[in-house]
Amino acid sequence: MNHISAIAPPLDVARIRKDFPLLQQATVYGLPLVYLDNAATTQKPQVVLDTLEQYYTGYNSNVHRGVHQLSQQATEAYELARKTVAAYLNAEHTQEIIFTKGTTDSINLVASSYGRKFLQPGDAVLISAMEHHSNIVPWQMICEERGAELKVIPINERGELRMDAFSQLLDERVKIVAVTCVSNTLGTINPVKDIIAQAHARNIPVLLDAAQGVQHMAIDVQELQPDFLAFSGHKIYGPTGIGVLYGKQEWLEKMPPYQGGGDMIKTVTFARTTYNELPYKFEAGTPHVAGAIGLEAALNYVKLVGIDKIQQWEEQLQDYALQALQQVEGLRLIGQAAHRAASISFLVGDIHPYDLGELLDKQGIAVRTGHHCTEPLMDLFGIPGTVRASLSMYNTFEDIDKLVAAVHKAAAMLR
Amino acid sequence: MTIKEKQDELIADFSLMENWMDKYEYIIQLGKELPLIDEQYKTDDNLIKGCQSRVWLHTELKDGKLFFTGDSDAVITKGLVSLMISALSGHTPKEIAETEIYFIDAIGLRNHLSPTRSNGLLSMLKQMKMYAVAYMAKQAN
Repeated sequence: MNHISAIAPPLDVARIRKDFPLLQQATVYGLPLVYLDNAATTQKPQVVLDTLEQYYTGYNSNVHRGVHQLSQQATEAYELARKTVAAYLNAEHTQEIIFTKGTTDSINLVASSYGRKFLQPGDAVLISAMEHHSNIVPWQMICEERGAELKVIPINERGELRMDAFSQLLDERVKIVAVTCVSNTLGTINPVKDIIAQAHARNIPVLLDAAQGVQHMAIDVQELQPDFLAFSGHKIYGPTGIGVLYGKQEWLEKMPPYQGGGDMIKTVTFARTTYNELPYKFEAGTPHVAGAIGLEAALNYVKLVGIDKIQQWEEQLQDYALQALQQVEGLRLIGQAAHRAASISFLVGDIHPYDLGELLDKQGIAVRTGHHCTEPLMDLFGIPGTVRASLSMYNTFEDIDKLVAAVHKAAAMLR
Repeated sequence: MTIKEKQDELIADFSLMENWMDKYEYIIQLGKELPLIDEQYKTDDNLIKGCQSRVWLHTELKDGKLFFTGDSDAVITKGLVSLMISALSGHTPKEIAETEIYFIDAIGLRNHLSPTRSNGLLSMLKQMKMYAVAYMAKQAN
């Protein structure tokens, strides 16, 4: 993860907002929308929408098996999208990029395929206490199937990983470490470089859940050296239903296919099937061609704006929001990590997060309430859920002001 | 008053409120004011588990009529529970089972009854209707 360049000129947010038609049009209950649910999904710039339309109106066709012109055009576009993703992550090889349905699908692929091949009874999988259900349940399932144990890196009261405990947990039984880059609930940025270095020193591979990472900071897989990395298109301004699994070629080649079907085969007889090479071995069935092309458009958009500038802008917004929210009487932040990005969870006094979210919604503020698919984390903090505001490149100081004013008003009504 | 008349009265009350925040002010007030349920009935058996807020419902049959008490850990949900109970409580199982509940929709709170809302309110309404049907069957025997 690179640090931001100090000389980068600031982001032209007003201009960026014009690229997002929903931000121009949407009103809720007659009020202009303040969209602060970006950790759940981001809005889409016009260029992504145009790309999808051009695909469906211009060259919609099935990929990889057609001799006809359109099919070749669609195949080229789909494979170009893979190259763009590979370049975005700075992957060494294009075939290290597998298109999936999303982060959840990517993690399930690794858990199932890696797990079936490499997990034996008595082995362990190491995750962290702040993982999303998507980075818990697939591992739980494969551990149960293989007779392995799921071990959990604890966190401190600020919501940071306890690295001392991590080092102790990292014993010879651990066959894979799976952690998130950034907590979707607490906003904590994890020291993934250190985690990877320690795991690799013991020849243990690491999967990074980058669902809340890629849209907020530069990620270079050759620098960072994760063995697997998963993210979703729709959280980085792309379409829903498309996601990415990056995997080091040496691992992917050793792993068995996850699902069977079309595209992933070389030859099929009723007696035996031989599998296609990477990346197709892991892409059974007709892929989400439009999604992949749409994701490419989104990544190109992010590149054009500049991920360093985005990071710098979001950090400014975050610091402003953290300060302003803490002026609200009785407000407490859930998660107070020193290094954090994008997601801010909070509660006010004894007010139920559902009540607060309901009244924010009625004031035109879109936030998320609940456990954010991190129930074990909520149990750890002893709370039913939080209100979570999450930022993206198109948010403004005005958005934060409106959020804070709405929290004040809602809290006054509910106290 | 019939359940239908009670619903119409609630709709009339809400029609006087100009905006969402006024409606919610009223619902929150209901939620704060009413001690809805005897603590001894706030058991896991009586818990209707929603995704975000929890709802408890207790039912009693007295003189051929069903009486409901309930509660929620979220104030707005509690207010809505209170509205639901004020419309349905104290009526015969037959009337409860057979009357269509339309006031939530009419006062613009329909989204609270959508299955994806997960606030337990829809499950609560279903539970009330189910109790009514069960008591009807019991009375018929």
